[in-house]
Amino acid sequence: MASEYDLTVHEAHDLLKSRKLSSLELTKAVLERIHRVEDKVHSFVTVTEDMALTQARQADENIKAGNLSPLTGIPALIKDVMCTKGVKTTCSSKMLSNFIPPYDATVVERLKAAGMVMMGKGNMDEFAMGSSTENSAFFVTHNPWDLDRVPGGSSGGSAASVAAGEAIYALGSDTGGSIRQPAGFCSVAGLKPTYGRVSRYGLVAFASSLDQIGPLTKDVTDCALVMNVIAGYDVCDSTSVDRQVPDYTKSLVPNLKGLRIGVPKEYFVQGMESGVEQVVRRAIGKLEELGAEVEWDVSLPHTRYALACYYIIAPSEAMANLARYDGVKYGFSAKEAENMWDAMEKTRQYGFGPEVKRRIMLGTYALSAGYYEAYYLKAQKVRTLISREFAETFTRYDALVTPTSPTVPFRIGEKADKPLQMYLSDVCTLPANIAGIPGISVPAGFTDGLPVGMQILGKPFSEETLFRVAYAYEQAAGWQKRRPNL
Amino acid sequence: MEYETIIGLEVHAQLLTKSKMFCGCSADYASAPPNTHVCPICLGMPGVLPTINKKAIEYAVMTALALNCTIPEHTRFDRKNYPYPDLMKGYQISQYNNPLSRNGWLTIEVNGKSRRIGITRVHQEEDVAKLFHRTDPSGESYSLVDVNRSGVPLMEIVSEPDMRSPEEAREYLMKLHSILQYLGVCTGNMEEGSFRCDANVSIRPAGSTEFMPKVEVKNMNSFKAVYRALAYEVERQRKVAEEGGKLVQETRGWVEEKGATVSQRSKEYAHDYRYFPEPDLPPLELSRKFVDEIRSRLPELPDARRDRFISQYSLSRYDANLLTVSRAMADYFETCLKPLPQGAEAEKRAKTVANWLLGEFSRLLNATNIEIKDAKITPQHLVEMLELIDNGTLSTTMAKTVFEEMFRGGKSASQVVKEKGLAQISTANELESVLGQVIAANSQAVADFKQGKEQALKFLVGQVMKATRGQANPQMVNELLRRRLAHSQ
Ligand SMILES: [Zn+2]
Repeated sequence: MASEYDLTVHEAHDLLKSRKLSSLELTKAVLERIHRVEDKVHSFVTVTEDMALTQARQADENIKAGNLSPLTGIPALIKDVMCTKGVKTTCSSKMLSNFIPPYDATVVERLKAAGMVMMGKGNMDEFAMGSSTENSAFFVTHNPWDLDRVPGGSSGGSAASVAAGEAIYALGSDTGGSIRQPAGFCSVAGLKPTYGRVSRYGLVAFASSLDQIGPLTKDVTDCALVMNVIAGYDVCDSTSVDRQVPDYTKSLVPNLKGLRIGVPKEYFVQGMESGVEQVVRRAIGKLEELGAEVEWDVSLPHTRYALACYYIIAPSEAMANLARYDGVKYGFSAKEAENMWDAMEKTRQYGFGPEVKRRIMLGTYALSAGYYEAYYLKAQKVRTLISREFAETFTRYDALVTPTSPTVPFRIGEKADKPLQMYLSDVCTLPANIAGIPGISVPAGFTDGLPVGMQILGKPFSEETLFRVAYAYEQAAGWQKRRPNL
Repeated sequence: MEYETIIGLEVHAQLLTKSKMFCGCSADYASAPPNTHVCPICLGMPGVLPTINKKAIEYAVMTALALNCTIPEHTRFDRKNYPYPDLMKGYQISQYNNPLSRNGWLTIEVNGKSRRIGITRVHQEEDVAKLFHRTDPSGESYSLVDVNRSGVPLMEIVSEPDMRSPEEAREYLMKLHSILQYLGVCTGNMEEGSFRCDANVSIRPAGSTEFMPKVEVKNMNSFKAVYRALAYEVERQRKVAEEGGKLVQETRGWVEEKGATVSQRSKEYAHDYRYFPEPDLPPLELSRKFVDEIRSRLPELPDARRDRFISQYSLSRYDANLLTVSRAMADYFETCLKPLPQGAEAEKRAKTVANWLLGEFSRLLNATNIEIKDAKITPQHLVEMLELIDNGTLSTTMAKTVFEEMFRGGKSASQVVKEKGLAQISTANELESVLGQVIAANSQAVADFKQGKEQALKFLVGQVMKATRGQANPQMVNELLRRRLAHSQ
């Protein structure tokens, strides 16, 4: 048997169910793995060892009593942007470095009810703003496939922990690619669900109309299993959609017969690394072999405006979402201020990192009197056009397939002071957030030993189609079986 | 030069819902200890989301309908961004481009003339926390925050700049207040801040259509303060203009003790609120069914009730107006008239009840600062008292004493009469000895009467009343005296 920490959710579940393995044994194996590799990877802001052991023992009790759900007793990491009752939730920011929420995010509540063993909280770019996890106020997370490289971001801790065996599965959040891009960089599966499919209650907001929580897992089956638990309407989130949640595992069938797949040329952008392009085109060829009808030359011309549109809307919403951090109620509070205003200003000056400040300023500018029409309003119109273009395209195709990112994982520090280059890292992923459609990244292979992800996009609430394509490909290609050497 | 006054009012009214606008906390914070009606949502903690209180929307739609507004099929919320420690999220959820209603009006009456005042919009938002500014013994100043009020549903009612005098502004405000009370959507308490008013005031040469800089007047905590502040401000602006000074657009606060408005900050430094649609709340559909259902539940409003009182009870317009300003008073009035006597008696009874309510009752309510709903005297008490007057048990003079006694103690009229021995002396036997004494002691007056001086009889009746401390029935005294004096001839 492989090491327990290398198990997938469904493999672990089978062992737990047949009582060949206990949750405590599994949890201890993962903890041991964390102790051994965390020095190199730095996935965790907080390791909740005691809590994990308690939950594992509880899970074993439940299993003994016959109460076993597909996630019972299985170790997970939660990105540190989701509130966890009694456990520090920092958003990898100095601003919230001491913040302990008195409530669980809805997804955390649902996972706990399903028997999750929480290993800890995952490192990320501060307030989910970034594509490399270098913007964490605490430390950089390293890519388990090459420790000199970034794991992607902002859910870098989530992706790295799953790839490194520090968690069996993880939750991330995706505002412009923050689940899919690190999933691609770390060779794991990562789904950004349809906007409204998963409750955002308790997810510390970055850009409310774009944010969505989703799973990062070792394979597509696990992704479906986690979605079965976290998806669904939540009265606490008015933007969540009251719509039946299917059993996503039902769509895991190994053929693509009759499926129409489009390949939009705009996603093979200028400056895309040729190794990445080759890997992705080869993967798409595999889809054809599996029975899909592939149209290689689809065009979505508005795609080129997505990046600009995104960098108006996301910072505008972020500007407001981050206004509450003033040092008065919770979190970091600057000392030695002259007066109330000075205290608020100093708190924000020392509490936020440079990327967060940059986006607050961008958003403030875009919404200012006299600029609103030219920026925010225009961006909203572009957003409508992009959504329509997708809707129209999905009348002809069941799914679109693209690279997840134009590059392989880049070196730590390589783009740290080049924000525009960094923003380009999300060019293939952020259109899905703008249109609110679902997207999944699956491992598509390697170039020069570095992971490449393939992204599959579908119309709203077509997660089943995405799972079907991703699963069929994964079963045929087998990349999910590879593990990094650490 | 003659100047024309231009006033527009912005009213903020807290809605009487059980819970807050976007969370489940109780909105009834008035007597709660600080920071006890709070939760992660109204505290603006990270990751929480608002959910719309449907009852608040219902109340706001009801108000908008009562104010003759148009209700669109969709409305949405916006974020109004500004940093202040009373604002937990750093933005207020309000409405900007797609308010819940627009284009309404209400009617006011000043000096017997009716005027329509336009309502620009009625929209829904949330209240903010309350700050208390303090100074410690060492002289260091600090502020305390009470978050109980944060998130209480607040309705903003904006008028057109249609008012032409402080009197009209006061009438508008009182009418609006009255309508909200009729709807039962707001306590209307100005001192506690559940009904707040800001004004925009400007003047311009009579007949001109130009706009002069407008001044926003804040901090007016009563109808009287609104009237005084606006009168002061209009006069101030007129003086500045006449003396050739320059009027500036600014915010001024009313300072009650000084009886003056004082400049607070100039509009040049006004916030840029950077409004944008609230992404946490999808657009809200106001279906025609929902709106019609609310419309069908609208109660009779003050103007309609006033008109009905005039036609149904033959009241004067003046009395009908006064009786219908407050729903509680109008209800009290109508309860007193159930069951209503038949025919001519009905009109007389209505007039009598109106007189008592607008006279003694109002006087005592004001003097004791009690609200109608807390009054101990019930309509049944008043009706019983009126019956005692009708059957001669009480004189009108004594009835005032009885009424005040009922008002203070909440006892029934007959109980008060019994306890105080106030029943009118209406039997001849009881009066005989008093009459004898009075006749004996006033021989001159008796003589005068016998010589035909009617005045003398009035004097004698007065003496009898005095001797009986008002408990005699004056009519009966009059008759008995005539009879006795005639007999003794
Ligand atoms: Zn609350």
